[in-house]
Amino acid sequence: MAFTFAAFCYMLSLVLCAALIFFAIWHIIAFDELRTDFKSPIDQCNPAHARERLRNIERICFLLRKLVLPEYSIHSLFCIMFLCAQEWLTLGLNVPLLFYHLWRYFRCPADSSELAYDPPAVMNADTLSYCQKEAWCKLAFYLLSFFYYLYCMIYTLVSS
Amino acid sequence: MQFPPGYGSHPPNYSAPSGHYSQVPNKAAASHLDHQYRASYYPGYYSAPAQNVMTPSVGSTVLNAQGSQQLYNKTPPHTGGSSDGPVQGAISSASYLHMSAQQSYSAFDNHYSTSVSSSVASQGFPLNSDHYAMPVVSGAMYPNVPYPPAAAGSAYGQTFTSQSLPTVGQFKETNAFSSQSTSVPHSLQQHVPAGYNTTLSTISSAQSVQDNLCRNLPGSVAKVNNQIKTGGIDSSQPVHSVSQNVPFTKPGVGTSASSAVVSSVRSPAPSLSSQPSSSPSVTQSPELALQEALDSSSTTSSASPVLNNYDALEGGGYPDTRSVTSSPVPAPSVPQTSKASKPFGYGYPALQPGYQNATPTTPVQPSNPGHHPGFQHYPQQYPGVNQLSSSLGSLSLQHSQQPESLRPVNLTHDRNILPVSSVPAPVPNLNSDLRKLNCSPDSFRCTLTNIPQTQALLNKAKLPLGLLLHPFRDLTQLPVITSSTIVRCRSCRTYINPFVSFIDQRRWKCNLCYRVNDVPEEFMYNPLTRSYGEPHKRPEVQNSTVEFIASSDYMLRPPQPAVYLFVLDVSHNAVEAGYLTIVCQSLLENLDKLPGDSRTRIGFITFDSTVQFYNLQEGLSQPQMLIVSDIDDIFLPTPDSLLVNLHESKELIKDLLNALPNMFTNTRETHSALGPALQAAFKLMSPTGGRISVFQTQLPSLGAGLLHSREDPNQRSSTKVVQHLGPATDFYKKLALDCSGQQTAVDLFLLSSQYSDLASLACMSKYSAGCIYYYPSFHRTHNPAQAEKLQKDLKRYLTRKIGFEAVMRIRCTKGLSIHTFHGNFFVRSTDLLSLANVNPDAGFAVQMSIEESLTDTSLVCFQTALLYTSSKGERRIRVHTLCLPVVSSLADVYAGADVQAVVCLLANMAVDRSVSSSLADARDALVNAVVDSLAAYMSTASNLQQSMLIAPNSLKLFPLYILALLKQKAFRTGTSTRLDDRVYAMCQMKSQPLVHLMKMIHPNLYRIDKLTDESTIHVNDRVVPQPPLQKLSAEKLTREGAFLMDCGSIFYIWIGKNCDNSFIKDVLGYPNYASVPQKMTQLPEVDALSSERTRSFISWLRDSRPLSPVLQVIKDENPAKTDFFQHLIEDRTEAAFSYYEFLLNIQQQVCK
Repeated sequence: MAFTFAAFCYMLSLVLCAALIFFAIWHIIAFDELRTDFKSPIDQCNPAHARERLRNIERICFLLRKLVLPEYSIHSLFCIMFLCAQEWLTLGLNVPLLFYHLWRYFRCPADSSELAYDPPAVMNADTLSYCQKEAWCKLAFYLLSFFYYLYCMIYTLVSS
Repeated sequence: MQFPPGYGSHPPNYSAPSGHYSQVPNKAAASHLDHQYRASYYPGYYSAPAQNVMTPSVGSTVLNAQGSQQLYNKTPPHTGGSSDGPVQGAISSASYLHMSAQQSYSAFDNHYSTSVSSSVASQGFPLNSDHYAMPVVSGAMYPNVPYPPAAAGSAYGQTFTSQSLPTVGQFKETNAFSSQSTSVPHSLQQHVPAGYNTTLSTISSAQSVQDNLCRNLPGSVAKVNNQIKTGGIDSSQPVHSVSQNVPFTKPGVGTSASSAVVSSVRSPAPSLSSQPSSSPSVTQSPELALQEALDSSSTTSSASPVLNNYDALEGGGYPDTRSVTSSPVPAPSVPQTSKASKPFGYGYPALQPGYQNATPTTPVQPSNPGHHPGFQHYPQQYPGVNQLSSSLGSLSLQHSQQPESLRPVNLTHDRNILPVSSVPAPVPNLNSDLRKLNCSPDSFRCTLTNIPQTQALLNKAKLPLGLLLHPFRDLTQLPVITSSTIVRCRSCRTYINPFVSFIDQRRWKCNLCYRVNDVPEEFMYNPLTRSYGEPHKRPEVQNSTVEFIASSDYMLRPPQPAVYLFVLDVSHNAVEAGYLTIVCQSLLENLDKLPGDSRTRIGFITFDSTVQFYNLQEGLSQPQMLIVSDIDDIFLPTPDSLLVNLHESKELIKDLLNALPNMFTNTRETHSALGPALQAAFKLMSPTGGRISVFQTQLPSLGAGLLHSREDPNQRSSTKVVQHLGPATDFYKKLALDCSGQQTAVDLFLLSSQYSDLASLACMSKYSAGCIYYYPSFHRTHNPAQAEKLQKDLKRYLTRKIGFEAVMRIRCTKGLSIHTFHGNFFVRSTDLLSLANVNPDAGFAVQMSIEESLTDTSLVCFQTALLYTSSKGERRIRVHTLCLPVVSSLADVYAGADVQAVVCLLANMAVDRSVSSSLADARDALVNAVVDSLAAYMSTASNLQQSMLIAPNSLKLFPLYILALLKQKAFRTGTSTRLDDRVYAMCQMKSQPLVHLMKMIHPNLYRIDKLTDESTIHVNDRVVPQPPLQKLSAEKLTREGAFLMDCGSIFYIWIGKNCDNSFIKDVLGYPNYASVPQKMTQLPEVDALSSERTRSFISWLRDSRPLSPVLQVIKDENPAKTDFFQHLIEDRTEAAFSYYEFLLNIQQQVCK
């Protein structure tokens, strides 16, 4: 039983993974909120409601945008840590997501300073369902990796 | 204008060109009444003609009825007016409406309660006389008409009791035979301007009315204008009044509305015929009017260029209803009518025998054996109802072998694939009744008129599934319904529509979600026929395009007033271009025609490096300019006096508009602080919402939202990457969203000579549901064509209808789902589009997918509901419903493909693709769309030779259109295209309705130097030649000819070198080819046949679109020649394939 760097990595990633799970859940809720306007149809058609709804959308998109970088950086931190700890299997599991994140990050339209989650773009039903699926997948991935990290942490702690 | 300000609650819908009313020569002596009518009619902005054609004894009362309904439908101010009427001070509008119903409707007394004042009311028709100058006439009209107190001619045909059965029967005859009828005394026709029924009262004398009609029969145009108003005025009493204005023009009808048959049958009540206003007929009138008009219109509809929705009703619409009017119980006693009216059947060869057999047994619909358009409303009454849908399906299957649309066309061999005249929209393969009820393809089109059953089938067909919408189109006929409750499905909120099925009298089944709903009590009453228990006869259920006047449930705050703010660039560049003069001039001319009511407000902001506001507060001696130079933190100097009431401050506004063009003549300010000016405009507008019109002439260079030039001129003709199609900053997008939230739309007029980054600027309009106009290299004197265009566009822009604080929702049958929207709007929640303003020239497109298999249904429906505030401050809902069959075979899917809609949808998708990905990607996707769909088609038709390129007839134009798209400014590569031009073309693709977009993509070319009278059509008493469409290829241009190219927003007339001198002399007004000037934008009015023909042809083309195109005459050495030749898309250019090469290319890829 030794407190190795790998064990430290797993402990840290366990904590951060909890944060990522939280992010994913938040994303799911946010997209659901964007998708459905919880108002009666008549209310929806209301000009006064329009403003409120629009504010909501903008606020959500703003938060979504704010969360992108933390999430991506936390995840890259994992990868770097596992790379340093030479945990190749764990690294291998995380690399696909890392590449996906990089792709997402750099794919944004060339001229726009905006990242993703631009209100008019996000409200497209296609984009929205894509984002929602993405959020669910990430949630699943983070949950699984949470338990995997937990297992690995104990394993490294016990084995060495 | 004689209308009180509060008056025009309905007019906005009717902006129909009224040409033929005015131009028809008087065939009868003009009565002064008629003049009066015209006088009051033409001044209206919304000059929608409508005509009521009434059978004999009907006329005058109906007229009154309509007048009164008009009255009721009107906004409150009017009621005040009506009570001033000479006769009836005491009559409340409600009582007027309901007066005598109780006798016949004793059972429903509570709903149609009677008021004793009816007798008064009957004389009180002219009650709105103070406005309409009617009483005298009507007095003269009914000197001796007995108006029994209870049976007086009110809007509701209370006189049922006095109606004898024979009469009923004969009315049917009237309808059936009216077209052959000749007996004059019975016929009374009147035409009513739809919007302003007021005028109607001025012509309420039978004779004059008749005169009117006679005069209005150009003989060739059949047009049915249906205007239904249901007025539930008294909110406690669910009463509906419907007025049907059915204009039609038909040779001979003017004198022959009722037939010999009619008169003979009518003998039981001979006095009726002599007294046009006697009560029995009165009860029938509106309905009769409708039906008869329908009937006659249908007989002439073949000659009619006007789309006629209402001939849909012709078969089934009329028969049974009037029988009901005669007695309180709906169905009972009138079987003989059905027998009397044999002729209904003939129009429906497709009818299944089963239906014909089944119907006579049904007591409710005695007279229309199965031809009733709404027969599907009665499923349970037919033994085989459940087969109904299947039989519909099988019907469509049988018919879907329209050999025409599936006929294989060998594209590489058939060179002449263009039709002679414009490409028609395919007609959905529905049973004829449904087809007639279906929404007009101008408002609502689907890319596949046969919807595939499953997503798998759709994927196999490789065609996009989507809708093309033009929801706020100017309509000449639109039923407007006022009702205290709007019947909607309780689960999916679908509005009741012609395609729902009535399970029984009390329940209806939603056609989108299949929920069974109750029919509300008041819906049981049909104001049109004034009968009870026939919900399927209500106008909502008879028309696929209706407009509801919404109750207060639909608004939280009071409807906003019309507010217009003009934001004008006055920098040096702008003054140099000289656009201010045109804008101010147009505004001055159209100030009174701006849509709005007494609350209309207007304001002006100008900007260069500072922002100038104008205090126009009433009471000032002259407009006050307030300059704010702190553009980093913009504020409103006097927030409450910048937007002023148009009527109160009109003089000041006029002063300002007169002064503005000269105020900045010596400016040296070259900077443009557009961003701050927009922020100020937003602040100014946010309390109310409304419309901001921005005029910009250069790249914004100061303050927030400043932009830098991104275009590299050397890249203009690059074949590789086209960059900067997206916005450079999100300032304008954010501003647009803020504006959208405050119900403000920003319309952009960009008049620049150099690059102005339209890609960024356009965002302000895109997301706030505005519109974009672009005038490249605008200069008032150097570029007169653009100046003229601006002038014309402005005229249309300022005077066209406008809807404020609008939302649009598109619903579709369960199983289908909408996933992407195209157009200018903001998507607020996945199916709700938020439109701060909606204008009649805006089109939308949506993409759909099939989420659940549609195997258990044979029909799918789509419904668009547009809720908006009219410029008169009414909340209105315009509903369009489209019904399409579902098919299970790939061949049927191809048979129903609507190639124009497919191409327009693909264009929209390609725009998205080029912004989000790259232009090259978008181009590839377009080509692949053709390749994939043709390959899929050829693989289904196994017997075809693989070596040829075969397309189904329905898609034969597909490759041509795609090639045209690839050569369109938006998507072309290799040809020098300025970035702004490209972006503008893309914006247009997203926001233009289908008809205009198609002209942009594939212009029409006509040869005009030898216009003949062959195949001419007659419009408004003009002879319009119809030259055949020519291929867009230089091979068609001959030196001896003159050609007209119709590109939608511009007409080119190309003149060959050896063109006939007489043509040049007669049409162009110059002695020979050499003397024709370079910049010629107008055809002179020469008194020669060829000139007349050419001009009438061009003006006919012009009339068909809202924005009047500019005309350019092109000679060989004209610099504009390249523009013209660029549109010849079938030819090879340096950078692009010719059509034949393109086909070979496709063939290669297909065979791969």
